[in-house]
Amino acid sequence: MSVQDLVARAQKWSNEQPWRLFGSQISILVRNEVRRNLFTRRRIGIYLLALVPSLMILIDDIFGRYNIDAAQIEDKTQVLAVIIQLYYFRLGIFFACMAIFTWLFRGEMVERTLHYQFLVPVRREVLVVGKFLAGVVVAIALFETGVLACVFLTYGRFGSAGKSYVFDGPGLGQLGSYLLVTALACLGYGAVFLALSLLFKNPIVPGVLIMGWETIAPIFPSWAQRLSVTFYLKHLCPVNLPVSGPLAIFTVVAEPVSAWIAVLGLLCLTIAILALSCFLIHRMEITYTAE
Amino acid sequence: MTPDARRIIFENVSKFYGEVLGVNKVSFSLESGITSLVGPNGSGKTTLMNLLTGLIRPSQGAVYVLGLTPRHPIEFFRQVGYCTQFDSFPPGTTGYDFIYWPLRLHGFAHDQAAKLTNEALERAGMAQVAKRKVAGYSKGMRQRIRLAQAIAHHPSVLVLDEPLNGLDPMARAESIALFEAIAKQGMHVIISSHILEEVDRISDRVVLMSSGYVVAEGQIREVRREVRDHPMQILVRCSNAARLAAAAFELDHVVEAKILNDGQGVLVRTRDAEQFYLLLNKIVSRGLVEVDAVAPADDDVNSIYQYLIGSDGGPA
Repeated sequence: MSVQDLVARAQKWSNEQPWRLFGSQISILVRNEVRRNLFTRRRIGIYLLALVPSLMILIDDIFGRYNIDAAQIEDKTQVLAVIIQLYYFRLGIFFACMAIFTWLFRGEMVERTLHYQFLVPVRREVLVVGKFLAGVVVAIALFETGVLACVFLTYGRFGSAGKSYVFDGPGLGQLGSYLLVTALACLGYGAVFLALSLLFKNPIVPGVLIMGWETIAPIFPSWAQRLSVTFYLKHLCPVNLPVSGPLAIFTVVAEPVSAWIAVLGLLCLTIAILALSCFLIHRMEITYTAE
Repeated sequence: MTPDARRIIFENVSKFYGEVLGVNKVSFSLESGITSLVGPNGSGKTTLMNLLTGLIRPSQGAVYVLGLTPRHPIEFFRQVGYCTQFDSFPPGTTGYDFIYWPLRLHGFAHDQAAKLTNEALERAGMAQVAKRKVAGYSKGMRQRIRLAQAIAHHPSVLVLDEPLNGLDPMARAESIALFEAIAKQGMHVIISSHILEEVDRISDRVVLMSSGYVVAEGQIREVRREVRDHPMQILVRCSNAARLAAAAFELDHVVEAKILNDGQGVLVRTRDAEQFYLLLNKIVSRGLVEVDAVAPADDDVNSIYQYLIGSDGGPA
């Protein structure tokens, strides 16, 4: 087959089946972005954010190995809830998503390689979705590994009692909830930071403002709380943490939402922000000297 | 009005970066063949190319490439290949991957993309080093791998921003031959350069730019006509050069008539070449001088460039 026939055949295929073309393009973008974002020394900071709690639990396991009592399982479950809900959902995933998702486009601007993405027959919306999914894959792979390691190390030290708690008790359900919430947190924060990177040349300052909003959102009315990612995450967590600290006295207890509404609410928020990113990407120009 | 599906059209295009002018009120229409954008650094050549390929959007006006715009990237970038001047590459990429993966994004299956990749690497003379990482390439190799990527999908419009920069003489000659071969297939090839001798030899037409404005556009001879006010140099190799110089001086439009050092000819600068040629015919028919050769001495881009831009056209 001649080269001209090859070109004509590929063009015919993509004209006749545009959705298959989009799917193929997204899978290629995800593959390339994951390689670029996951397996690189530049991501060591994010590996640490994901795995530091596991290391701390491991150290605690090593030093506390002579003082193991099955009665501690409930206490350790509470400690695990603090680690996951306060560290991972408020800090670790937040900052990792800031690093991963703001770099997807802004990083390519800094490295002066974004024009290659804009000079191929790929709709810019497809580019946004492909890069976003790649970021999600990277963030979920790192943080779900971190959460799994935390659960394994927390209950593994208790031997058969720990095994029984996980497989015959509430442990497995809690793990499932944490994994779901981790994935949703990566989606929600990821979409937010992707949009910020398209809106601002330096998304760090607005990122800090978002963090402030996520922290103080509980003192606002119920409807306003629904505009924060943590509102939905909180309602999906299997273990309730009591509100403490100075903000506790101002906290407005929002009407609880069902798990389905929380999941759908977060997915709708993510899709809305992604739609905004798709709009913003059309305004983007390659002006490296202005960066 | 439906844009012409065979031409590249700039309709009153302006681009401002804030208050800084990129290009201003650019209008022209290009047919297939090799078109050179010529101008000093900062004259707006790259801005024009980035506008053409949609990397930036015009502040005013519209650009059509074969009737398409970058707002429809799937159709547009099947037709357009752009070898930019940005000397940067995705980290860790090899020469092969640099060409292969964009082809996959075009919709080519693995074996088709591999075939096109190998063909592009062969055409750019990069097949031997394709598996090496681009980070280890020389400047000339990086230039050629970008060229290979731009031509790999067989576009109808090839846009090349300073494509000969960093190439050794051999690679330069090969690249020029490649551009000419592509243009002969009926494609549009748009080249920017400040190395005037090179584009002069291979161009079907030129667009001369200065400070964001198109100062002349067309075939080299047409451009020359556009600047009729500027004296044209004509070299006449002949016997009795002094006689010819004296006769030429009697014409109002002749600015200068200089006898060559060897005394075997005259270099005439005139504002009306046609009138001078008539005079020459008369003198020859009377047998006053014997003419060996007559040739425009400055009918190339470099001299037009000097007239128009007041520069010698060397690298700025």
